[in-house]
Amino acid sequence: MADATATVNLTIDGKPVAVPTGTLLIEAAKQVGSEVPSFCYYPGLALQGACRMCLVSIEKMPKLQTACTTIVSNGMVVNTQHPEAVNGRKAMLEFLLTNHPLDCPVCDKGGECELQDAVFRYGAAETRFIETKQHQDELKFSSLVYYDRPRCILCYRCIRVCDEGMDVNAYGIGFRGSHSEIIPNHGEHLECEECGMCVDICPVGALTSGTYRYKTRPWELTYTGTICNHCGDGCKTTLSVRNNEIIRANNRDHSGFNGEFLCAKGRFGWDFVNSERRLTAPLVRHNGKQEASSWEDALDLTTARLQDVLEKHGPGSVAVIGSNRTTNEENYLLQRLARTILKTNHVDHHRTGDFSTLVSSLSEAGASDRYASMEDVARASSVLLIGNDPTQQHPLLAYQIRQAVRQNNARLYVVNRSEVKLALRQAAVFAKVGVGEEAAAVRELAGDGGSAEITTLRDKIAKESDTVVIFGDEIQGEAVRELVRWGLGLPGHTRFIALGDYANSRGAADMGVLPGSLPGYQPVGSSEWRSRYEAVWEMPLAAQPGRNLREIFDAIESGAIQALLVVGSNPVKTFQLPRELLGRLSLLVVAELFPTETTEFADVVLPAATFAEKAGTVTNTCGQAQAIKKTMRKAGTRSDFEIIVALARGLGHSWPYRSSEDVLREIITHVPGYAIALPSLLVGRAVMTRPQGAPPALERPDLVFSSHDTLFTSGTVSRFSWALNSVDEAKRPHGHIF
Amino acid sequence: MLSDNLKAKFDQVIARYPVKRSAIVPLLLFAQDEIGYITDEAIEEIARRVEVRPIEVVEDIGYYSMLHRQPVGKYNFQVCTNVSCQLLGGEEILDHCSKRLGIGHKQTTPDGVFSLEEVECLGACCGAPAMQVNYDFYENLTPARIDRLIEEFKANGKA
Amino acid sequence: MSDYQSYMKGSPLEVKVISGRFHLPNSTSIDVFLAHDGYKGLQKALQMGPDAVINEVKNSQLRGRGGAGFNTGLKWSFVPKNIDKPKYVVCNADESEPATCKDRPLMEYDPHQLIEGIVIAGYAIGAHQGYIFIRGEYRYLMEILDRALAEAYSRGYLGKNILGSGFDFDLATHTGAGAYECGEETALLNSLEGLRGYPRVKPPFPAVVGVYGCPTIINNVETLACVPHIILKGAEWYAGLGTPKNGGTRLFCLSGHINRPGVYELPMGFPLRRMIEEVGGGIPGGKNLKSVIPGGSSCPLLTADEIDVPMDFDSLAKIGSMLGSGGVVMIDEDTCMVKVAQRIMKFYAHESCGWCIPCREGTTWLKALLDRFHGGGGSMGDPDTALDISYNILGKSLCPLGDAAAMPTISIVKKFRNEFDEHVRLGECPFESRPVAA
Ligand SMILES: Cc1cc2nc3c(=O)[nH]c(=O)nc-3n(C[C@H](O)[C@H](O)[C@H](O)COP(=O)(O)O)c2cc1C
Ligand code: SF4
Ligand code: FES
Repeated sequence: MADATATVNLTIDGKPVAVPTGTLLIEAAKQVGSEVPSFCYYPGLALQGACRMCLVSIEKMPKLQTACTTIVSNGMVVNTQHPEAVNGRKAMLEFLLTNHPLDCPVCDKGGECELQDAVFRYGAAETRFIETKQHQDELKFSSLVYYDRPRCILCYRCIRVCDEGMDVNAYGIGFRGSHSEIIPNHGEHLECEECGMCVDICPVGALTSGTYRYKTRPWELTYTGTICNHCGDGCKTTLSVRNNEIIRANNRDHSGFNGEFLCAKGRFGWDFVNSERRLTAPLVRHNGKQEASSWEDALDLTTARLQDVLEKHGPGSVAVIGSNRTTNEENYLLQRLARTILKTNHVDHHRTGDFSTLVSSLSEAGASDRYASMEDVARASSVLLIGNDPTQQHPLLAYQIRQAVRQNNARLYVVNRSEVKLALRQAAVFAKVGVGEEAAAVRELAGDGGSAEITTLRDKIAKESDTVVIFGDEIQGEAVRELVRWGLGLPGHTRFIALGDYANSRGAADMGVLPGSLPGYQPVGSSEWRSRYEAVWEMPLAAQPGRNLREIFDAIESGAIQALLVVGSNPVKTFQLPRELLGRLSLLVVAELFPTETTEFADVVLPAATFAEKAGTVTNTCGQAQAIKKTMRKAGTRSDFEIIVALARGLGHSWPYRSSEDVLREIITHVPGYAIALPSLLVGRAVMTRPQGAPPALERPDLVFSSHDTLFTSGTVSRFSWALNSVDEAKRPHGHIF
Repeated sequence: MLSDNLKAKFDQVIARYPVKRSAIVPLLLFAQDEIGYITDEAIEEIARRVEVRPIEVVEDIGYYSMLHRQPVGKYNFQVCTNVSCQLLGGEEILDHCSKRLGIGHKQTTPDGVFSLEEVECLGACCGAPAMQVNYDFYENLTPARIDRLIEEFKANGKA
Repeated sequence: MSDYQSYMKGSPLEVKVISGRFHLPNSTSIDVFLAHDGYKGLQKALQMGPDAVINEVKNSQLRGRGGAGFNTGLKWSFVPKNIDKPKYVVCNADESEPATCKDRPLMEYDPHQLIEGIVIAGYAIGAHQGYIFIRGEYRYLMEILDRALAEAYSRGYLGKNILGSGFDFDLATHTGAGAYECGEETALLNSLEGLRGYPRVKPPFPAVVGVYGCPTIINNVETLACVPHIILKGAEWYAGLGTPKNGGTRLFCLSGHINRPGVYELPMGFPLRRMIEEVGGGIPGGKNLKSVIPGGSSCPLLTADEIDVPMDFDSLAKIGSMLGSGGVVMIDEDTCMVKVAQRIMKFYAHESCGWCIPCREGTTWLKALLDRFHGGGGSMGDPDTALDISYNILGKSLCPLGDAAAMPTISIVKKFRNEFDEHVRLGECPFESRPVAA
């Protein structure tokens, strides 16, 4: 509630209204429920005064004024429905239609076109324009973005979202007058991040999507709000589906912390779901060859073989590798399966960020309220980024940082081994360090000395407050403790984000897909926590921490581990395993979406469902839990939830869970930091988790490493995305700055 | 390759402004004067010198009607047909040029000697009908005067 | 170059203030300039102090010669006094308003007069940098000005500590490259910043937020050329030359169907009829006058019986037109007014920057309509449609270019409706085009 001095009183359409000083008339009008139409005005983007749709009549002003550029003043008396204003709008629409092809029936935007809607509301039914229209052929800016000049109304939204929102600046205006057109930055061609924000923000069908165009009509689609399954940022996205096929993804309702933002992967990279190369029937190895089989046979075989291994080789002869993309519920069940029924703590996953150490150091310091959210980043006044290249690896995070810098003049401090884009374009101070010297830089920051940049950085940050500290995989173990110790000493309410690669990297760690930690980062060594979970799971737990991934591979080598269960992971590729290694196993079971380097060696391959085909929750890199919703079904596949529950049943234990929601309830009641409000989660909110725990320290630093995916790669799945592989930029060297 | 003269001129012009990009339009025009039209190389070079992205230079080229991306003839006839000239036969002068040169609006003769362009008011209204050949004004034009000019230019043009 | 005679035929009725030195041999050289009161106004101004200079100009009733006719001294007084940003003076030498060719002789024959005016303006508002924005087509004038600037620098009328006053001022030329819209002050500022010549949303006005976001005054060449004389001879003298609220003299460019086309310096408020008959020598071939464009193609046209009007801003406003830029075009009885309207609209459609919808689409539509109409494809409804389109542009565009396109069209359709009807009746243009004067 702004105080009296900061508010302005005016009258709009006879209704008195008080708004903060500096409010634009077009926004003030919304408050009294008067809708003023607009094309070029777009909240958060620079003012244009170009489309003249927002003309209103203001007392004591000689002519109509544009509400989008008029700042309210005390005593202003505004009439948005004045006959002249209404005629003005009608006129603008008639003008726009003079050269606008009326091909609405075949236009992608038909049914959700702002021009169509405006004409419906304010326009004239017939046009008096009988001259010939200027025709121009459609242009292919890139495999994902097409431009149709005659449909373009020159609202310049695409240019502004690309400049101001993305800082890519790929668009310009060519020619002049009625020949003006939007031009791409490289001749006929767009060279950019291919985020598709321009397509999304285009009010008409001028910019269209290479994946969506001419596919369908918007009203034939069913829409489901869910969470992108690529990077660890966790953007909210709405999947549009028609007969079990995803047709497009966007976030027009601006729900979620990403607002309307989606990157190339989020907007176009879901198409791996529709890939023909999806596994749709279980595969079972018969005398050397993998053959399709029924689910029943595949599951029976799996459980039977697991039984033997356990009988022949005893506890600890089975290992489990979990996923960075499966849901929290699935991860929780997977480690439960391992620790209880499979009698092993040899459970781990590809760790892409050192969440464990962040959790333990914050817990030790009693500062478990210092996890920063994606919103915190956008609102921050000061951000310290150490390592990583968010522009490539965390597109939303980069967007949030840019928002902070652009909208509230936040200072960005960067420590990095290379000239990442944020360092060159947004950073107030950029301390370049040698390869592998990020940890040393942290030590210098926390102590004294260091390069000139480090020194300035230290001095400047000491004067900031409420800094958000973000670090990549370059910082792990002791360096994380150091960073947290120092950070908590900075002025104000310092908060932290550890960066991990994928949609549920954070959740995998949170849910205890780790050899030494039970869910919520509680050490398996702790008898107190063991007994708590034993009570819930009604089975004994081993006190001995399990083998980590590297040790699991060694144990496979030595024959100590005989059976391996892999869920949603491709270790052969990720860890560059020698071909013969997995051959030494007497049983390899893999649940996967696609044939991979790992499924190749499997005795049993179980075709899994994607994020679009199941429900559950995922936790982003900041620790914000969000719900994913079932959007469609894929014949022949089963969710990892169903698979794990089935395996448990096959091994003689029928668990009580009917749906992943039952599992979530258990997590909420028993996992420290996850006592989240189910209702808000279910209405699509992001809920911050605040894990507290004392996981065992990292034994080996090489356990944590990022895959350094780019804007166009996403581990194994991106190989199966036509869209991501179709853009030229994908072929460029990593780190290329647009 | 831009001449050293031009590069020197670039430096001198850029120095006139507190913000380098102010020099874009002058630089484009000077580059065009020397090269005959605006080449990709010129665009890159100017963008580099004033520290903008090439597309920002391209945007300006599209906007300003004197700037062109294609070569024009050694003698570019720019005939004004705006009101003052029109009233005194500007359009007839344009047609006459077109007939004598065998080219139309924004066209160039095969030998590359002449180009023709119909232009807006040149600020020679009191000398109507008027035209500019490159930067030189020719006013109070008559078809006969046009014929004489074409002959002169032909002579020089070949040489 | 242009030849002196064709512009400066001269008339005994002229009152020469800013054209006073045009006839001098070698008039562009600083020595000739100094020998004829050159830079005396500047010397005096530097003694008067900034506020006194602004007041003098305000009281002289000097009004903008670029077209809008705003009181120049008043505009200068809007520049914030104590502000830590640099300030700028920009001279608008874009001269692109059709039928206007008066800034050209001012720069061609007396460049130092303009420089002196600009330095005085800079001193008055506390600017230390000025730019002369010259339309690209005027390359030879830029060369003349660059030579004059070099002379002024070498003699200490520009640069550091001018005439020992402690006042520093730098001045440079800047070329446009073909765009009428860049004459509009805010589009000019964008152009000067290296951007496309799109107009800016006002407010803020340039006097407060101009080039590079700093306070800037923009004045026409002729306006600034008047300033040294005002300072030297006084506001009262200058105001006295014209009519109330319309101080001084003005360069009028007589063109079109007139016996003695040319640029003449006449007192503000000089009767239009006498301008045509006595100064311009009447209509060639003893033909009758049909219409007059009083101040460049953006002004509503006058009919032959509206020419008993004093040529000053207020008198023309009273009869629903404008004094504009001083380009006076005579149109004789054998001229097709539809064709005139068509040609005028061709210009505005070509020059619309394309930023805002009404101007971009409206002018294009009107051009297409008038092309078809004059070509014989018109219908009785077209003139009304043309009026409607014009009114839909009027007052709704971002910058005045839209209005500039609408106003002449409205006046022609309304005042010469009969000619439109004739076109429809005959299915072709009733006037065949006028033969070229041999
Ligand atoms: C479309 C348009 C074109 C204009 N062209 C010119 C021009 O070529 N020269 C000029 O001095 N003023 C021109 N003006 C007027 C300028 O915007 C501005 O009012 C003037 O330069 C101010 O100087 P003054 O007060 O000395 O007249 C133009 C205005 C518009 C709307
Ligand atoms: S930023 Fe990450 S989460 Fe957001 S859309 Fe892109 S890949 Fe998906
Ligand atoms: S919304 Fe105001 S001009 Fe476009």
